[in-house]
Amino acid sequence: MAFTAYSLVRLHNLFAVVMLSGIYSLLAAVLYVVMDAVDVAFTEAAVGAGISTILMLGTLALTTRMDKENKLIDPVPLAIVTITGALLIYGTLDMPPYGDPSAPVHHHVGQYYIEKSGEQVGPPNIVTSVLASYRGYDTLGEVTVIFTAAAGVMALIGRSRRRKKKGDKT
Amino acid sequence: MLTQTSILRVVSKLLIPPIMLFALYVQFHGDFGPGGGFQAGVIFASAFILYALIFGVDNARKATPAWLTRLMLASGLLLYAGVGVVAMLLGGDYLDYSMLSSDPHAGQHLGITLIEFGVGTTVAGAMITIFLIFDGRLRAEKED
Repeated sequence: MAFTAYSLVRLHNLFAVVMLSGIYSLLAAVLYVVMDAVDVAFTEAAVGAGISTILMLGTLALTTRMDKENKLIDPVPLAIVTITGALLIYGTLDMPPYGDPSAPVHHHVGQYYIEKSGEQVGPPNIVTSVLASYRGYDTLGEVTVIFTAAAGVMALIGRSRRRKKKGDKT
Repeated sequence: MLTQTSILRVVSKLLIPPIMLFALYVQFHGDFGPGGGFQAGVIFASAFILYALIFGVDNARKATPAWLTRLMLASGLLLYAGVGVVAMLLGGDYLDYSMLSSDPHAGQHLGITLIEFGVGTTVAGAMITIFLIFDGRLRAEKED
């Protein structure tokens, strides 16, 4: 994964970059399966490796295949990225080890969902009941985001085409 | 586009119906196994995009015209939000599915099935719409 990410940054051929990002998503999906998060892995494989690769290819067809040469290294963004990365890594030091049963995540609402979702909601897949029932508002928000994204693409790209057509007619 | 390659045509013709069936399985089996509306919508859209890539976007546009995908896009979200409003009208909180039926379990099940269907419809509609718009834009630029 690290190698894929490094090549992603270094390559200038955008076609290869898109393909590598698909591979990166697939590797991430494998990682999620290893961590027993099948639902997330499923989404990552379908959305990250499948659809977004196709959409990126579509974008490439609309724009250009090669990156613009940019040899200059701007110090300000580099500093910001380095500091943020260092802070994030510093943050992970406080995190409990993976799979630790005494970790705070397992003692908040997680426990409650695992014990009660069977009798309160019903479906055997707890992920579904958390997503759709306990966290119904959040999922509604996510769907709204997708709706807005499609509407935004329509407004940005779809409309100008119609305007052009109208201009042709007059 | 890739219409000349007979292997691709035959294989994709064989593959597209199972992909769509699998999308429906993921959609309605999400309560019991991994999956749900998001994944199902994406899989359904990918079957459509595969068809468009192999048999040409014009044929695909005939199968799902733009108004249909836009209708899917909007109606899925409306269905989701509508389930919440119905639950509220029946005396519960917004998006509290227990009110949808006399038995809270059946109500929850019905509610989850409905909203997952809404999610799937919107996601599939969004993906197909974005794909078609990209294609339309490409064509408009080629004409110029």
